[in-house]
Amino acid sequence: MTPVTLDSHIPDGPIAEKWESHRFNMRLVNPANKRRFEVIVVGTGLAGASAAATMAELGYRVKVFTFHDSPRRAHSIAAQGGINAAKNYQNDGDSHFRLFYDTVKGGDFRSREANVYRLAQVSVDIIDQCVAQGVPFAREYGGMLENRSFGGVQVSRTFYARGQTGQQLLLGAYQALMRQVSLGNVELHPRTEMLDLVTVDGRATGVVVRDLITGEITSHSGHAVVLATGGYGNVYYLSTNAKKSNATAAWRAHKKGALFANACYTQIHPTCIPASDEFQSKLTLMSESLRNDGRIWVPKDPEDTRPADQIPEDDRDYYLERQYPSFGNLVPRDVASRAAKRQVDTGRGVGPKKNGVYLDFAEAIARLGHDVIEERYGNLFEMYERITGEDPYRMPMRIYPATHYTMGGLWVDYNLMSNVPGLFVLGEANFSDHGANRLGASALMQGLADGYFILPYTIGDYLAGLLGQPAVPTSHEAFVEAQRGVEDQVRQFLSIGGNRSPDDFHRELGKIVWDKIGMERDRAGLEQALRDIPALKQEFYRDLRVLGTGDTVNDSLEKAARVADFFELAELMARDALHREESCGGHFRVEHQYEDGEAKRDDENFSYVGAWEWTGPDTPQVLHKEELEFEHVHLATRSYR
Amino acid sequence: MKFTLKVWRQAGPADKGHFETYDAENVSDEMSFLEVLDVVNEDLIRDGKEPIQFDHDCREGICGSCGLMINGQAHGPQRGTATCQLHMRKFQDGETIVVEPWRAAAFPVVRDLVVNRSAFDRIVEAGGYISVNTGSAVEANMLPVPKAVSDAAMDAAACIGCGACVAACPNGAAQLFTAAKIQHLNLLPQGQAERWSRTENMVETMEEYFGSCTMHRECEAACPKVISIDFISYMNRDYVKAKTVNRNLTGQGLSQ
Repeated sequence: MTPVTLDSHIPDGPIAEKWESHRFNMRLVNPANKRRFEVIVVGTGLAGASAAATMAELGYRVKVFTFHDSPRRAHSIAAQGGINAAKNYQNDGDSHFRLFYDTVKGGDFRSREANVYRLAQVSVDIIDQCVAQGVPFAREYGGMLENRSFGGVQVSRTFYARGQTGQQLLLGAYQALMRQVSLGNVELHPRTEMLDLVTVDGRATGVVVRDLITGEITSHSGHAVVLATGGYGNVYYLSTNAKKSNATAAWRAHKKGALFANACYTQIHPTCIPASDEFQSKLTLMSESLRNDGRIWVPKDPEDTRPADQIPEDDRDYYLERQYPSFGNLVPRDVASRAAKRQVDTGRGVGPKKNGVYLDFAEAIARLGHDVIEERYGNLFEMYERITGEDPYRMPMRIYPATHYTMGGLWVDYNLMSNVPGLFVLGEANFSDHGANRLGASALMQGLADGYFILPYTIGDYLAGLLGQPAVPTSHEAFVEAQRGVEDQVRQFLSIGGNRSPDDFHRELGKIVWDKIGMERDRAGLEQALRDIPALKQEFYRDLRVLGTGDTVNDSLEKAARVADFFELAELMARDALHREESCGGHFRVEHQYEDGEAKRDDENFSYVGAWEWTGPDTPQVLHKEELEFEHVHLATRSYR
Repeated sequence: MKFTLKVWRQAGPADKGHFETYDAENVSDEMSFLEVLDVVNEDLIRDGKEPIQFDHDCREGICGSCGLMINGQAHGPQRGTATCQLHMRKFQDGETIVVEPWRAAAFPVVRDLVVNRSAFDRIVEAGGYISVNTGSAVEANMLPVPKAVSDAAMDAAACIGCGACVAACPNGAAQLFTAAKIQHLNLLPQGQAERWSRTENMVETMEEYFGSCTMHRECEAACPKVISIDFISYMNRDYVKAKTVNRNLTGQGLSQ
């Protein structure tokens, strides 16, 4: 394996001009040559669909793989609240620099300045593009676009389409993709899952995939491979992610040499519906936008058993408004989540299991009227009522934090290319822009920025260097070997013949990860996790039961491969969390906090990206550091008080 | 709560298929319908029997993956609710529940409760988009869109592509799905340039795969997003008009 070098390739020059000058300096591929290049895109969420469509528009030949039956079902579809952009339509002081600053600060100063600044710059183009595609964003009566505000910021820069913004943006990207499919520029492979990355001479040259209907395993080669396969929140078993969201594509790339960065940065979203029983299969998120109008509180007295509407004002503790007067209910997600956990841990939780806090709309309904609240949040209120059987127009919602997003992911440089040449990683699958904590409405922004406006430029610079070279044929030994590895693994899962289902193992793994690498971590717990996870993994390979065969639809077989990778990823999360002796954003080490319970960063020793190199199944990963330099944002203790 | 489930099992497209009966015990009224299937599947695996295959993903009613005929109703008894959001409190304790895949010629069964809905993608490919390459958009607020228009477009765009409309329709027609996409785009000023070609191409592609609409309104009743069949009327109006307009646009019309 070639030795790892970590060069972020950040262009020179003033931060506001870096992207502009980089775009000029990158090599171009002329239109006639573009069709000589074949690019593989895995994943059809916002990042994958937008990248595939845009590259096809440019003239590249694109092959797209998704495990869904249609690209439109990728989990981006479930994003509710909105997408940020520094349009400053509200004339409230927004700018590229402010969006950049808010994002770096919100990320607790653990992201790359140059990447984030570029994100802020292209955010405005995303809105233009999406409107042109027909995304029905909310409008003012005059026909102009409407905005709302989100956690961690003091301007209104969030664009939204009711509570279905992710759906509408994804449908826009999906439609653009399907247009390219109909034009013959994209070859679409639905219900096909990537199970390995193929590298030749250290470069990404293709993938091995499995057809989820017929079980057929095939190889596909290309000049470059783009992974847009989402995050790894399902390592916790219970999360707000879709059931099938998984880390397998990214993890197999990691095992082929791509560094995995900041695995311990996971985001726990503060406003989800608390778990109700042990059969719970997933947790449902209630958009953060609700915190614009909802007030969070718990009864002051832990013994108070009165229904919420009978508890007088004086007996309520609006703890976020009390502790953080300037941001109040709109503090960033990590702060809000830990504050809720503290209330529940001290016995002031509400609901039958005392495992939630109230999110109350009574005041907003009195101030704005039922109709306005229904217009803003109607579909969320309905969803809440369907799940809990309670009417949030009358009773406050009960909410509790749940795993929602993972800031960590495959390491990429400024060009979104991993340390494996030819392997590009977009969206939640990469680690790049959110530091240790992502702000609300920024995931959609990043996914579309990567796919529409960044990758299509940067991939050209890479491909230009390959002009005249055909793609490595799939008859190459590297493909044959990778394909054999995938076939062996399928056979292995089918032949263990143990007693426990993949879900059973996944649930147990999830509990370890939630308890030890969840909202709060400590040394003893992490060390325990590093013993428990490998032990359970061994058990998995001894006692797994996958029934049926590999040549038809087999949900258990698909799950087995994903759970197998979650074991290894969970171990890396624990190792990363253990080594990072500080608290920052979503990574809260109990040993590192101020007296008031706020996260205590250690900029002197940990102001770097921790990127881990796979060294084999039996040896721990090796850490590589990319030092973060802050020239434009003053490193400060984050304060939202 | 406890239930008896009669579930359609079919090994593959060529298999005839049959019902199997399973007991679901210790069901809590807080459980969703798919969680009951999860529990039944865990029991089956424990007993060495292959679990029931069904499509699902987000489990919050937006991805459109899931879809079951529950006691003969697409997505079950609750209005405006996808199968994953249907909770057991909507059923009577002790009830026998019949679970089938979508039944429609255009949605062949793949296995058990999994069907192939790729015909929907073909309809979208035929024109369910606005042709605007990345980079060629104008500044977003250059084009004011009246709020009422934007809201109506959003009502149509809310479709999750689950296929309940087709499954509920006695003719296996896809008018509601197709109309929702056409009208989302046709209502908006951005969608006008391709309005007539889009309508003609999408309607005619739809007709290659699906049955005809005879206004039973079953689709609207089954739709988890309660999309109005008004959109079908608008689509029909646009389709009739498209036939003349498209000829005029290409210079073949009778009246110039």
